[in-house]
Amino acid sequence: MSHAAADIEMRLLLEAVYAKYSHDFRDYSGASVKRRVQHALLQFGCETISQLQSKVLHDPVVFQQLLEILTIPFTEMFRDPTYWLALRQQVVPLLRTYPSLKVWVAGCATGEEVFSLAILLEEEGLLERTLIYATDINPVVLEKARQGIFPIAAVRQHTANYQAAGGKRAFSDYYSAAYNSARFDPNLVRNVTFADHSLATDSVFSETHFISCRNVLIYFNKALQNRAFGLFHESLCHRGFLGLGSKESLDFSTFADKFEPVAKRDRVFRKA
Amino acid sequence: MTVTAPDAIAAAVARPIEAVVIGASAGGFEALLAILQGLPANYPMPLVAVLHLPEHHESRLAELFGRRLLLQVREARDKESLAPGILYFAPSGYHLSIENDHSFSLSCEERVSYARPSIDVLFASAADAYGKSLAGILLTGANYDGAAGLAGMQVAGALTIVQDPASAEIATMPEAAIRRMKPDLILPLAEIHSVLRKLGEPQ
Repeated sequence: MSHAAADIEMRLLLEAVYAKYSHDFRDYSGASVKRRVQHALLQFGCETISQLQSKVLHDPVVFQQLLEILTIPFTEMFRDPTYWLALRQQVVPLLRTYPSLKVWVAGCATGEEVFSLAILLEEEGLLERTLIYATDINPVVLEKARQGIFPIAAVRQHTANYQAAGGKRAFSDYYSAAYNSARFDPNLVRNVTFADHSLATDSVFSETHFISCRNVLIYFNKALQNRAFGLFHESLCHRGFLGLGSKESLDFSTFADKFEPVAKRDRVFRKA
Repeated sequence: MTVTAPDAIAAAVARPIEAVVIGASAGGFEALLAILQGLPANYPMPLVAVLHLPEHHESRLAELFGRRLLLQVREARDKESLAPGILYFAPSGYHLSIENDHSFSLSCEERVSYARPSIDVLFASAADAYGKSLAGILLTGANYDGAAGLAGMQVAGALTIVQDPASAEIATMPEAAIRRMKPDLILPLAEIHSVLRKLGEPQ
Protein backbone atom coordinates (compact mmCIF):
# COMPACT_ATOMS: atom_id res chain seq x y z
CA MET A 1 0.00 0.00 0.00
CA SER A 2 1.39 3.36 -0.99
CA HIS A 3 2.12 6.02 1.60
CA ALA A 4 2.23 8.97 -0.78
CA ALA A 5 0.12 11.84 0.53
CA ALA A 6 -2.30 11.75 -2.40
CA ASP A 7 -2.93 8.02 -1.90
CA ILE A 8 -3.71 8.57 1.77
CA GLU A 9 -6.02 11.46 0.86
CA MET A 10 -7.79 9.27 -1.70
CA ARG A 11 -8.49 6.57 0.87
CA LEU A 12 -9.74 9.17 3.33
CA LEU A 13 -12.02 10.77 0.74
CA LEU A 14 -13.65 7.45 -0.11
CA GLU A 15 -14.04 6.62 3.60
CA ALA A 16 -15.60 10.04 4.17
CA VAL A 17 -18.04 9.58 1.27
CA TYR A 18 -19.03 6.18 2.64
CA ALA A 19 -19.40 7.36 6.23
CA LYS A 20 -21.41 10.44 5.34
CA TYR A 21 -23.45 9.36 2.30
CA SER A 22 -23.33 5.50 2.42
CA HIS A 23 -22.02 5.36 -1.15
CA ASP A 24 -19.19 2.87 -1.19
CA PHE A 25 -16.44 3.45 -3.76
CA ARG A 26 -13.71 1.89 -1.63
CA ASP A 27 -13.59 -1.25 -3.74
CA TYR A 28 -13.76 0.42 -7.12
CA SER A 29 -10.81 0.06 -9.51
CA GLY A 30 -8.21 2.50 -8.23
CA ALA A 31 -6.94 3.87 -11.55
CA SER A 32 -10.38 4.91 -12.75
CA VAL A 33 -11.44 6.44 -9.41
CA LYS A 34 -8.19 8.42 -9.39
CA ARG A 35 -8.94 9.83 -12.86
CA ARG A 36 -12.47 10.76 -11.82
CA VAL A 37 -11.29 12.46 -8.66
CA GLN A 38 -8.68 14.37 -10.67
CA HIS A 39 -11.53 15.61 -12.89
CA ALA A 40 -13.43 16.63 -9.78
CA LEU A 41 -10.44 18.57 -8.41
CA LEU A 42 -10.38 20.65 -11.60
CA GLN A 43 -14.13 21.12 -11.65
CA PHE A 44 -14.35 22.26 -8.02
CA GLY A 45 -11.11 24.27 -8.16
CA CYS A 46 -9.49 22.21 -5.39
CA GLU A 47 -5.73 21.87 -5.15
CA THR A 48 -5.77 18.78 -2.98
CA ILE A 49 -8.08 15.84 -2.38
CA SER A 50 -8.31 16.96 1.26
CA GLN A 51 -9.89 20.23 0.13
CA LEU A 52 -12.38 18.30 -1.96
CA GLN A 53 -13.13 16.04 0.99
CA SER A 54 -13.96 19.05 3.13
CA LYS A 55 -16.37 20.42 0.52
CA VAL A 56 -18.00 17.05 -0.02
CA LEU A 57 -18.53 16.48 3.71
CA HIS A 58 -20.13 19.86 4.30
CA ASP A 59 -22.16 20.30 1.13
CA PRO A 60 -24.52 17.59 -0.16
CA VAL A 61 -24.80 19.43 -3.48
CA VAL A 62 -21.07 18.99 -4.02
CA PHE A 63 -21.45 15.32 -3.17
CA GLN A 64 -24.19 14.90 -5.78
CA GLN A 65 -21.90 16.51 -8.36
CA LEU A 66 -19.02 14.28 -7.30
CA LEU A 67 -21.32 11.27 -7.66
CA GLU A 68 -22.00 12.35 -11.24
CA ILE A 69 -18.29 12.46 -11.92
CA LEU A 70 -17.51 9.17 -10.18
CA THR A 71 -20.21 7.19 -11.96
CA ILE A 72 -19.45 7.02 -15.62
CA PRO A 73 -22.58 7.28 -17.71
CA PHE A 74 -21.06 6.25 -21.02
CA THR A 75 -23.45 4.00 -22.88
CA GLU A 76 -25.30 3.69 -26.16
CA MET A 77 -28.34 1.82 -27.41
CA PHE A 78 -27.72 -1.72 -28.67
CA ARG A 79 -24.02 -1.30 -27.89
CA ASP A 80 -22.14 -4.38 -29.20
CA PRO A 81 -24.92 -5.49 -31.57
CA THR A 82 -23.88 -9.13 -31.49
CA TYR A 83 -24.74 -9.23 -27.77
CA TRP A 84 -28.33 -8.27 -28.56
CA LEU A 85 -28.43 -10.69 -31.45
CA ALA A 86 -27.29 -13.45 -29.13
CA LEU A 87 -30.07 -12.51 -26.70
CA ARG A 88 -32.62 -12.69 -29.49
CA GLN A 89 -31.41 -15.99 -30.85
CA GLN A 90 -30.26 -17.88 -27.78
CA VAL A 91 -31.95 -16.42 -24.72
CA VAL A 92 -35.38 -15.26 -25.93
CA PRO A 93 -36.52 -18.77 -27.04
CA LEU A 94 -35.95 -20.02 -23.48
CA LEU A 95 -37.45 -16.95 -21.83
CA ARG A 96 -40.55 -17.56 -23.92
CA THR A 97 -41.22 -20.74 -21.96
CA TYR A 98 -41.97 -18.78 -18.76
CA PRO A 99 -45.50 -17.44 -18.21
CA SER A 100 -44.09 -14.28 -16.64
CA LEU A 101 -40.60 -12.82 -16.58
CA LYS A 102 -38.46 -10.70 -14.33
CA VAL A 103 -35.40 -9.01 -15.77
CA TRP A 104 -32.80 -6.90 -13.95
CA VAL A 105 -30.71 -4.26 -15.71
CA ALA A 106 -28.06 -3.60 -13.05
CA GLY A 107 -26.22 -0.29 -13.38
CA CYS A 108 -28.64 1.05 -15.98
CA ALA A 109 -27.10 4.57 -16.04
CA THR A 110 -29.06 6.87 -18.37
CA GLY A 111 -31.26 4.06 -19.63
CA GLU A 112 -30.02 3.29 -23.14
CA GLU A 113 -29.79 -0.42 -22.39
CA VAL A 114 -33.19 -0.47 -20.67
CA PHE A 115 -34.84 0.95 -23.79
CA SER A 116 -32.82 -1.39 -26.00
CA LEU A 117 -33.98 -4.38 -24.00
CA ALA A 118 -37.58 -3.17 -23.95
CA ILE A 119 -37.54 -2.80 -27.75
CA LEU A 120 -36.09 -6.27 -28.15
CA LEU A 121 -38.66 -7.83 -25.81
CA GLU A 122 -41.48 -5.93 -27.53
CA GLU A 123 -40.42 -7.25 -30.93
CA GLU A 124 -40.23 -10.77 -29.55
CA GLY A 125 -43.70 -10.48 -28.00
CA LEU A 126 -42.40 -10.73 -24.44
CA LEU A 127 -42.59 -7.19 -23.13
CA GLU A 128 -46.19 -7.49 -21.94
CA ARG A 129 -45.36 -10.30 -19.54
CA THR A 130 -42.02 -8.90 -18.35
CA LEU A 131 -41.25 -6.84 -15.30
CA ILE A 132 -37.92 -5.01 -15.68
CA TYR A 133 -35.98 -3.68 -12.72
CA ALA A 134 -33.57 -0.95 -13.80
CA THR A 135 -31.21 0.00 -11.00
CA ASP A 136 -28.38 2.44 -10.48
CA ILE A 137 -26.66 4.16 -7.56
CA ASN A 138 -27.14 7.61 -9.03
CA PRO A 139 -30.67 9.08 -8.66
CA VAL A 140 -29.97 11.77 -11.26
CA VAL A 141 -29.22 9.28 -14.04
CA LEU A 142 -32.20 7.16 -12.97
CA GLU A 143 -34.44 10.16 -13.58
CA LYS A 144 -32.88 10.61 -17.03
CA ALA A 145 -33.38 6.92 -17.73
CA ARG A 146 -37.04 7.22 -16.80
CA GLN A 147 -37.49 10.01 -19.35
CA GLY A 148 -35.91 8.14 -22.26
CA ILE A 149 -34.66 11.25 -24.01
CA PHE A 150 -31.36 10.79 -25.77
CA PRO A 151 -29.29 13.22 -27.85
CA ILE A 152 -30.24 13.12 -31.52
CA ALA A 153 -26.54 13.09 -32.42
CA ALA A 154 -26.27 9.60 -30.95
CA VAL A 155 -29.28 8.23 -32.85
CA ARG A 156 -27.38 7.50 -36.03
CA GLN A 157 -25.07 5.15 -34.12
CA HIS A 158 -28.01 3.70 -32.22
CA THR A 159 -29.82 3.02 -35.48
CA ALA A 160 -26.82 1.26 -37.00
CA ASN A 161 -26.46 -0.82 -33.83
CA TYR A 162 -30.18 -1.67 -33.81
CA GLN A 163 -30.05 -2.89 -37.38
CA ALA A 164 -26.93 -4.97 -36.74
CA ALA A 165 -28.62 -6.37 -33.64
CA GLY A 166 -31.40 -7.96 -35.68
CA GLY A 167 -33.96 -5.16 -35.28
CA LYS A 168 -37.26 -5.96 -36.97
CA ARG A 169 -38.71 -2.52 -37.67
CA ALA A 170 -37.64 0.96 -38.62
CA PHE A 171 -35.79 2.27 -35.57
CA SER A 172 -37.54 5.61 -36.00
CA ASP A 173 -40.82 3.90 -35.06
CA TYR A 174 -39.66 4.03 -31.45
CA TYR A 175 -38.88 7.70 -30.97
CA SER A 176 -40.03 11.14 -31.95
CA ALA A 177 -37.39 13.73 -32.73
CA ALA A 178 -37.69 17.18 -31.22
CA TYR A 179 -35.02 19.85 -31.20
CA ASN A 180 -31.77 18.05 -30.48
CA SER A 181 -33.21 15.01 -28.84
CA ALA A 182 -34.98 11.78 -29.55
CA ARG A 183 -37.77 10.98 -27.10
CA PHE A 184 -38.45 7.27 -26.91
CA ASP A 185 -41.96 5.88 -26.60
CA PRO A 186 -42.83 5.93 -22.86
CA ASN A 187 -44.95 2.83 -23.44
CA LEU A 188 -41.73 0.85 -23.80
CA VAL A 189 -40.96 1.36 -20.12
CA ARG A 190 -44.47 0.95 -18.72
CA ASN A 191 -43.36 -2.25 -16.97
CA VAL A 192 -40.02 -0.91 -15.80
CA THR A 193 -39.32 -0.17 -12.15
CA PHE A 194 -36.45 2.31 -11.85
CA ALA A 195 -34.82 2.00 -8.46
CA ASP A 196 -31.85 3.06 -6.43
CA HIS A 197 -29.68 0.01 -5.77
CA SER A 198 -25.99 -0.49 -5.07
CA LEU A 199 -24.11 -3.64 -5.99
CA ALA A 200 -21.56 -2.60 -3.35
CA THR A 201 -23.87 -2.26 -0.36
CA ASP A 202 -27.39 -3.56 -1.08
CA SER A 203 -28.74 -7.09 -1.25
CA VAL A 204 -30.94 -9.07 -3.61
CA PHE A 205 -34.50 -7.74 -3.93
CA SER A 206 -36.17 -10.22 -6.26
CA GLU A 207 -35.81 -13.49 -8.10
CA THR A 208 -35.02 -12.87 -11.77
CA HIS A 209 -34.79 -14.86 -15.01
CA PHE A 210 -32.25 -12.69 -16.74
CA ILE A 211 -29.75 -10.09 -15.54
CA SER A 212 -27.96 -7.70 -17.88
CA CYS A 213 -25.06 -5.87 -16.26
CA ARG A 214 -22.77 -4.42 -18.86
CA ASN A 215 -19.64 -2.33 -18.40
CA VAL A 216 -20.34 -1.86 -14.73
CA LEU A 217 -18.13 -4.55 -13.25
CA ILE A 218 -14.99 -3.23 -14.99
CA TYR A 219 -15.08 -0.35 -12.49
CA PHE A 220 -14.95 -2.77 -9.53
CA ASN A 221 -11.95 -4.52 -8.04
CA LYS A 222 -11.96 -8.32 -7.78
CA ALA A 223 -13.52 -8.38 -4.31
CA LEU A 224 -16.42 -6.17 -5.35
CA GLN A 225 -16.86 -8.07 -8.61
CA ASN A 226 -17.23 -11.22 -6.53
CA ARG A 227 -19.85 -9.52 -4.36
CA ALA A 228 -21.82 -8.51 -7.46
CA PHE A 229 -21.59 -11.98 -9.01
CA GLY A 230 -22.81 -13.33 -5.66
CA LEU A 231 -25.90 -11.11 -5.84
CA PHE A 232 -26.58 -12.14 -9.43
CA HIS A 233 -26.19 -15.82 -8.58
CA GLU A 234 -28.59 -15.45 -5.67
CA SER A 235 -31.14 -13.47 -7.66
CA LEU A 236 -31.21 -15.65 -10.76
CA CYS A 237 -33.66 -18.51 -10.90
CA HIS A 238 -32.53 -22.05 -11.68
CA ARG A 239 -30.71 -21.88 -15.05
CA GLY A 240 -31.23 -18.09 -15.23
CA PHE A 241 -29.23 -15.97 -17.71
CA LEU A 242 -26.52 -13.37 -17.14
CA GLY A 243 -25.27 -10.91 -19.77
CA LEU A 244 -22.01 -8.97 -19.33
CA GLY A 245 -20.07 -6.31 -21.25
CA SER A 246 -18.06 -7.37 -24.28
CA LYS A 247 -14.77 -7.35 -22.35
CA GLU A 248 -16.05 -8.60 -19.02
CA SER A 249 -15.77 -12.16 -17.77
CA LEU A 250 -16.19 -14.44 -14.79
CA ASP A 251 -12.71 -15.90 -15.39
CA PHE A 252 -10.98 -13.99 -12.60
CA SER A 253 -13.83 -14.37 -10.12
CA THR A 254 -14.75 -17.04 -7.59
CA PHE A 255 -17.93 -17.68 -9.61
CA ALA A 256 -16.22 -18.98 -12.75
CA ASP A 257 -17.62 -22.50 -12.30
CA LYS A 258 -21.08 -21.37 -11.18
CA PHE A 259 -22.00 -20.07 -14.63
CA GLU A 260 -21.59 -21.64 -18.06
CA PRO A 261 -21.28 -19.78 -21.35
CA VAL A 262 -24.29 -19.65 -23.69
CA ALA A 263 -22.64 -17.31 -26.20
CA LYS A 264 -19.07 -17.02 -24.98
CA ARG A 265 -17.92 -14.31 -27.40
CA ASP A 266 -20.95 -12.19 -26.65
CA ARG A 267 -20.67 -12.71 -22.90
CA VAL A 268 -23.98 -14.40 -22.31
CA PHE A 269 -23.91 -16.93 -19.47
CA ARG A 270 -26.31 -19.23 -17.72
CA LYS A 271 -26.41 -20.37 -14.14
CA ALA A 272 -24.80 -23.83 -14.06
CA MET B 1 16.85 17.99 -30.58
CA THR B 2 19.28 15.21 -31.27
CA VAL B 3 19.34 11.48 -31.04
CA THR B 4 20.70 10.23 -27.71
CA ALA B 5 24.42 9.45 -27.46
CA PRO B 6 25.63 5.87 -26.79
CA ASP B 7 26.91 6.54 -23.24
CA ALA B 8 23.48 7.85 -22.20
CA ILE B 9 21.93 4.72 -23.69
CA ALA B 10 24.33 2.53 -21.70
CA ALA B 11 23.37 4.31 -18.46
CA ALA B 12 19.65 3.99 -19.24
CA VAL B 13 19.69 0.27 -19.94
CA ALA B 14 21.47 -0.41 -16.64
CA ARG B 15 18.30 0.59 -14.77
CA PRO B 16 16.19 -2.24 -13.31
CA ILE B 17 12.89 -2.29 -15.21
CA GLU B 18 9.84 -4.47 -14.42
CA ALA B 19 7.40 -3.48 -17.17
CA VAL B 20 7.32 -1.70 -20.54
CA VAL B 21 4.42 0.39 -21.83
CA ILE B 22 4.22 1.51 -25.45
CA GLY B 23 2.02 4.01 -27.27
CA ALA B 24 1.64 4.33 -31.03
CA SER B 25 -0.83 5.77 -33.51
CA ALA B 26 -0.66 6.35 -37.28
CA GLY B 27 2.18 4.26 -38.67
CA GLY B 28 2.34 2.36 -35.40
CA PHE B 29 1.81 -1.14 -36.72
CA GLU B 30 5.14 -1.27 -38.54
CA ALA B 31 6.92 0.70 -35.81
CA LEU B 32 5.76 -1.73 -33.13
CA LEU B 33 6.86 -4.68 -35.22
CA ALA B 34 10.27 -3.09 -35.72
CA ILE B 35 10.93 -2.68 -32.01
CA LEU B 36 9.41 -5.99 -30.87
CA GLN B 37 10.32 -8.49 -33.57
CA GLY B 38 12.99 -10.87 -32.29
CA LEU B 39 12.49 -10.21 -28.55
CA PRO B 40 12.74 -13.69 -26.98
CA ALA B 41 9.73 -15.70 -25.81
CA ASN B 42 11.20 -15.70 -22.30
CA TYR B 43 11.47 -11.90 -22.16
CA PRO B 44 11.58 -11.22 -18.40
CA MET B 45 8.86 -8.57 -18.18
CA PRO B 46 5.42 -7.75 -19.51
CA LEU B 47 4.96 -5.30 -22.39
CA VAL B 48 1.71 -3.37 -22.74
CA ALA B 49 0.73 -1.45 -25.86
CA VAL B 50 -1.95 0.99 -26.96
CA LEU B 51 -2.20 1.29 -30.73
CA HIS B 52 -4.96 3.64 -31.91
CA LEU B 53 -7.52 1.99 -34.15
CA PRO B 54 -11.01 2.92 -35.29
CA GLU B 55 -13.64 2.12 -32.64
CA HIS B 56 -16.52 -0.28 -33.25
CA HIS B 57 -14.04 -2.72 -34.72
CA GLU B 58 -13.01 -5.80 -32.88
CA SER B 59 -9.24 -5.58 -32.57
CA ARG B 60 -7.26 -8.29 -34.37
CA LEU B 61 -3.95 -6.94 -33.16
CA ALA B 62 -3.19 -9.87 -30.87
CA GLU B 63 -3.65 -12.31 -33.73
CA LEU B 64 -1.69 -10.21 -36.24
CA PHE B 65 1.26 -9.62 -33.94
CA GLY B 66 1.15 -13.14 -32.50
CA ARG B 67 2.06 -14.53 -35.91
CA ARG B 68 5.05 -12.26 -36.24
CA LEU B 69 6.59 -12.24 -32.76
CA LEU B 70 8.31 -14.75 -30.50
CA LEU B 71 6.54 -13.17 -27.52
CA GLN B 72 3.08 -14.37 -26.53
CA VAL B 73 0.57 -11.76 -27.61
CA ARG B 74 -2.86 -11.23 -26.05
CA GLU B 75 -5.58 -8.69 -25.68
CA ALA B 76 -5.47 -7.43 -22.09
CA ARG B 77 -8.41 -8.64 -20.02
CA ASP B 78 -10.07 -6.87 -17.13
CA LYS B 79 -8.62 -8.00 -13.74
CA GLU B 80 -5.92 -10.18 -15.36
CA SER B 81 -2.49 -9.99 -13.70
CA LEU B 82 0.42 -8.91 -15.90
CA ALA B 83 2.92 -11.70 -16.60
CA PRO B 84 6.43 -11.63 -18.11
CA GLY B 85 7.05 -12.64 -21.71
CA ILE B 86 3.64 -11.41 -22.86
CA LEU B 87 2.75 -8.46 -25.06
CA TYR B 88 -0.71 -7.15 -24.16
CA PHE B 89 -2.81 -4.91 -26.40
CA ALA B 90 -5.58 -2.64 -25.20
CA PRO B 91 -8.93 -3.78 -26.62
CA SER B 92 -10.69 -1.51 -29.07
CA GLY B 93 -13.12 0.98 -27.52
CA TYR B 94 -11.85 0.70 -23.93
CA HIS B 95 -9.26 2.55 -21.91
CA LEU B 96 -6.66 0.20 -20.43
CA SER B 97 -5.17 0.89 -16.99
CA ILE B 98 -2.70 -0.93 -14.77
CA GLU B 99 -3.72 -1.13 -11.11
CA ASN B 100 -1.34 -0.97 -8.17
CA ASP B 101 -1.54 -4.75 -7.75
CA HIS B 102 -0.22 -5.07 -11.33
CA SER B 103 -3.49 -6.25 -12.82
CA PHE B 104 -5.40 -4.67 -15.71
CA SER B 105 -8.64 -2.76 -15.56
CA LEU B 106 -10.73 -1.57 -18.49
CA SER B 107 -12.99 1.46 -18.66
CA CYS B 108 -15.44 3.18 -21.00
CA GLU B 109 -14.73 6.66 -19.67
CA GLU B 110 -14.82 9.54 -22.14
CA ARG B 111 -12.16 9.72 -24.84
CA VAL B 112 -8.87 11.32 -23.81
CA SER B 113 -7.12 13.27 -26.58
CA TYR B 114 -9.96 12.02 -28.82
CA ALA B 115 -8.81 8.47 -28.24
CA ARG B 116 -10.12 5.39 -26.52
CA PRO B 117 -7.97 3.50 -25.73
CA SER B 118 -5.81 6.45 -24.78
CA ILE B 119 -2.04 6.25 -24.41
CA ASP B 120 -2.16 8.90 -21.68
CA VAL B 121 -4.51 6.77 -19.58
CA LEU B 122 -2.29 3.70 -19.86
CA PHE B 123 0.88 5.69 -19.15
CA ALA B 124 -0.51 7.56 -16.13
CA SER B 125 -1.80 4.40 -14.47
CA ALA B 126 1.41 2.48 -15.25
CA ALA B 127 3.47 5.29 -13.69
CA ASP B 128 1.39 4.96 -10.49
CA ALA B 129 1.67 1.19 -10.49
CA TYR B 130 5.38 0.79 -11.33
CA GLY B 131 7.06 4.13 -10.62
CA LYS B 132 10.74 4.10 -11.49
CA SER B 133 10.79 0.44 -12.50
CA LEU B 134 8.79 1.28 -15.63
CA ALA B 135 9.93 2.05 -19.17
CA GLY B 136 7.62 4.00 -21.48
CA ILE B 137 7.99 4.27 -25.24
CA LEU B 138 6.15 6.72 -27.49
CA LEU B 139 6.21 6.07 -31.24
CA THR B 140 4.88 7.53 -34.48
CA GLY B 141 1.46 9.20 -34.62
CA ALA B 142 -0.57 12.12 -35.92
CA ASN B 143 -1.98 13.40 -32.61
CA TYR B 144 -0.89 14.48 -29.12
CA ASP B 145 -1.89 11.43 -27.10
CA GLY B 146 0.87 10.10 -24.85
CA ALA B 147 2.81 13.31 -24.30
CA ALA B 148 1.16 14.11 -20.96
CA GLY B 149 1.38 10.49 -19.89
CA LEU B 150 5.07 10.26 -20.70
CA ALA B 151 5.75 13.50 -18.82
CA GLY B 152 3.94 12.08 -15.78
CA MET B 153 5.97 8.91 -16.09
CA GLN B 154 9.17 10.92 -15.94
CA VAL B 155 8.00 12.66 -12.75
CA ALA B 156 7.44 9.18 -11.27
CA GLY B 157 11.05 8.31 -12.16
CA ALA B 158 10.37 5.97 -15.07
CA LEU B 159 12.64 5.54 -18.09
CA THR B 160 11.16 7.53 -20.98
CA ILE B 161 11.89 6.78 -24.62
CA VAL B 162 10.61 8.66 -27.69
CA GLN B 163 11.02 7.66 -31.30
CA ASP B 164 13.32 10.06 -33.14
CA PRO B 165 10.79 12.25 -34.99
CA ALA B 166 13.07 12.44 -38.02
CA SER B 167 12.68 8.68 -38.43
CA ALA B 168 8.99 8.50 -37.54
CA GLU B 169 6.39 7.92 -40.23
CA ILE B 170 4.33 10.72 -38.63
CA ALA B 171 6.36 12.97 -36.35
CA THR B 172 3.50 14.80 -34.60
CA MET B 173 3.19 12.51 -31.59
CA PRO B 174 6.90 12.14 -30.74
CA GLU B 175 7.38 15.88 -31.33
CA ALA B 176 4.54 16.71 -28.94
CA ALA B 177 6.26 14.70 -26.22
CA ILE B 178 9.65 16.27 -26.86
CA ARG B 179 8.14 19.76 -26.68
CA ARG B 180 6.65 18.96 -23.32
CA MET B 181 9.51 17.14 -21.62
CA LYS B 182 13.08 15.95 -21.99
CA PRO B 183 12.87 12.20 -22.65
CA ASP B 184 15.73 10.07 -21.36
CA LEU B 185 16.23 8.64 -24.83
CA ILE B 186 15.33 9.83 -28.34
CA LEU B 187 16.11 7.01 -30.76
CA PRO B 188 15.24 5.47 -34.12
CA LEU B 189 13.34 2.17 -34.09
CA ALA B 190 16.34 -0.14 -34.45
CA GLU B 191 17.98 1.48 -31.43
CA ILE B 192 14.80 1.24 -29.37
CA HIS B 193 14.75 -2.46 -30.23
CA SER B 194 18.27 -2.91 -28.91
CA VAL B 195 17.44 -0.96 -25.73
CA LEU B 196 14.52 -3.33 -25.15
CA ARG B 197 16.83 -6.29 -25.69
CA LYS B 198 19.35 -4.98 -23.19
CA LEU B 199 16.67 -4.15 -20.62
CA GLY B 200 15.68 -7.80 -20.84
CA GLU B 201 19.17 -9.18 -20.28
CA PRO B 202 20.29 -10.28 -16.79
CA GLN B 203 21.95 -7.31 -15.05
